[in-house]
Amino acid sequence: MINYETLFVMPPFGLRQSDKDDLYKQAVMELSRHHYEHCEAYKKLSKVLGLGRPLPVRLFKKYELLSIDKEKIVKTMTSSGTTGQAVSKIYLDRENSARQTKVLAKIVSDFTGKARMPMLIIDSTAVLKNRDMFSARGAGILGFSILGRDITYALDEKMNLNLQAIEDFCQKHTGEKILVFGFTFMIWEHFYLALKKRGISFSLNGVMIHGGGWKKLRDLSVDNETFKNEIRSAAGIDQVLNYYGMVEQTGSIFMECEYGHLHASIFSDISIRNPLDFSELPSGKGLIQCTSLLPTSYPGHVLLTEDEGELLGVDDCPCGRLGKYFKVHGRVKGAEIRGCSDTYERR
Amino acid sequence: MTNLEKYNTAFMETFDITEEQLNSDLVYQSVEAWDSVGHMQLIAALEDAFDIMFDTDDIVDFSSYDKGKEFMTKYEVEL
Repeated sequence: MINYETLFVMPPFGLRQSDKDDLYKQAVMELSRHHYEHCEAYKKLSKVLGLGRPLPVRLFKKYELLSIDKEKIVKTMTSSGTTGQAVSKIYLDRENSARQTKVLAKIVSDFTGKARMPMLIIDSTAVLKNRDMFSARGAGILGFSILGRDITYALDEKMNLNLQAIEDFCQKHTGEKILVFGFTFMIWEHFYLALKKRGISFSLNGVMIHGGGWKKLRDLSVDNETFKNEIRSAAGIDQVLNYYGMVEQTGSIFMECEYGHLHASIFSDISIRNPLDFSELPSGKGLIQCTSLLPTSYPGHVLLTEDEGELLGVDDCPCGRLGKYFKVHGRVKGAEIRGCSDTYERR
Repeated sequence: MTNLEKYNTAFMETFDITEEQLNSDLVYQSVEAWDSVGHMQLIAALEDAFDIMFDTDDIVDFSSYDKGKEFMTKYEVEL
């Protein structure tokens, strides 16, 4: 099996694509064989699709896919969905769960630095209420929490601004660099617009990391550039970084660098596929296929998403990170709505 | 309070458990309250009690009552 310890001590963006391809060729087959032997459904699928071929993400909604005994499950994560929509279920054992947290920390600290910063979460503690059945939203918050300290929630149980909490937090950490985390749409709706409505602005010194889908903001004609500018003006945060990720491959997220490019770390990779015949496209828009080395308790290591993306370059981003970098254009037509930010419904 | 008492208190107060439960069987997810939310509460309690800051890797690897003791030494806390 894959030697994760070796990967953990490597710089997360330090592998040239040619070396990474060599590593992945072997690792993906190893993982595929592992799941073939331990997941009956994956075995059947592999016999039809071919071993190591991508599974459509939708399969995790229809089938219980797991490669461990049920007694070993310590956490079941569900995708966020709109009301009435089927949700994916991802089964984790202790090792897989810890590995996800560790990798998330490795990737994100490459951007934020090793020191844990005081952290402001633009969400409500209510999200964490049911601790057995984690939604992707709760899991995202908790996963990122490990990167911060003095974790403070900026919204109350009803998703209203908790100004007192934010002010106390700012006062306590005057002069320190802080970490702000949230889901794109919630930040816009419940933080940015709420501040604007009250005519309040903050001058926070730090970095904001956000993700969970752009569909809702695209509908409002808010793009990444606008988002960054507005957050800067309302909250004073200069460094606003988006990430792309999915509950089926929690941990190995793709982070946006200071040049606005999403980067694949050594823990995962992408390829762009022709939607008609699924062949790999060297350029232009196509379906994003995501490969992650993390999944061992469920067969989610190679997935075909319903997102449209475009490869921007390999090994040559001016930020210095090696490997592929890319852009996400959004959901393909006819795809279901998903993503922590996009499935959010006001109650 | 000795350092060991402080260490124990953090576990007992965070997870609402008794002193008898503080042994080598106490591992992540062995008691209901020690789940991923409880884990971060424990980390915060220990950081406050000893005025230290754990590295992210150590937070992930802090998987048991015993293992945690080893980590405390790393942060120059003698138990």
